[in-house]
Amino acid sequence: MPELTDGCVQPARGPIAPASESAAPVSGTAPSQEDHKMLARVGAEAIDFEATAYVEGVGFKSVRLSDYKGQWIVLCFYPGDFTFV
Amino acid sequence: MAAVAALYKDFQALGVEVLSASTDSRFVHKIWQQQELSKMVEGGVPFPMLSDAGGKIGSAYGVYDEAAGVDIRGRFLIDPDFQIRAMEILTPEVGRNPKELVRQIKAFQHVRTTGEVTPSGWEPGDVTLTPGPSLVGKVWEVWKP
Repeated sequence: MPELTDGCVQPARGPIAPASESAAPVSGTAPSQEDHKMLARVGAEAIDFEATAYVEGVGFKSVRLSDYKGQWIVLCFYPGDFTFV
Repeated sequence: MAAVAALYKDFQALGVEVLSASTDSRFVHKIWQQQELSKMVEGGVPFPMLSDAGGKIGSAYGVYDEAAGVDIRGRFLIDPDFQIRAMEILTPEVGRNPKELVRQIKAFQHVRTTGEVTPSGWEPGDVTLTPGPSLVGKVWEVWKP
């Protein structure tokens, strides 16, 4: 995946509905695929999303959760960089 | 995040990909890595540090605090079928225990491979249970806390 070169902060994109559940493909309009009522719970399918990321040794890139489908994934949220715990 | 990074070899050995996410931008992630994380853990955080700017991801995972505008501490274990197997969510003032996460991954992987189930606190090598009519009311014979 090419390194991101744009200079701005980008909002994360999600939830992204699985392709099989989304309506007819709409070109270029991401929000139509987003369902804000989705909420993660155990035993249910993980909620897909896309976000910009910093990767040590790589730089800035875009990461989509479903790129990792087929592997075990640990997804960790935390309150903020430079916090204390 | 440094505590998770310190166990990264354990996660790699188990075939687990780690992703971290906060509402900070990727630019701040880079500087945090350089200024602090790389001094806490050799090599710093080796996995992708995601920017949940806007909190849409955290909202979908039930960890976004709208008043503070941040994602609180939450971790999710997702299996190769893209199903969420485990989650743990804490308010920010208490850090997590990544060793318990490693234990849970080993248990879920064992269950997935064998079809057995693992009792409380199970570690590899401990007794497992095979559910079935003959085990009903007899768990005490093979397992005690």
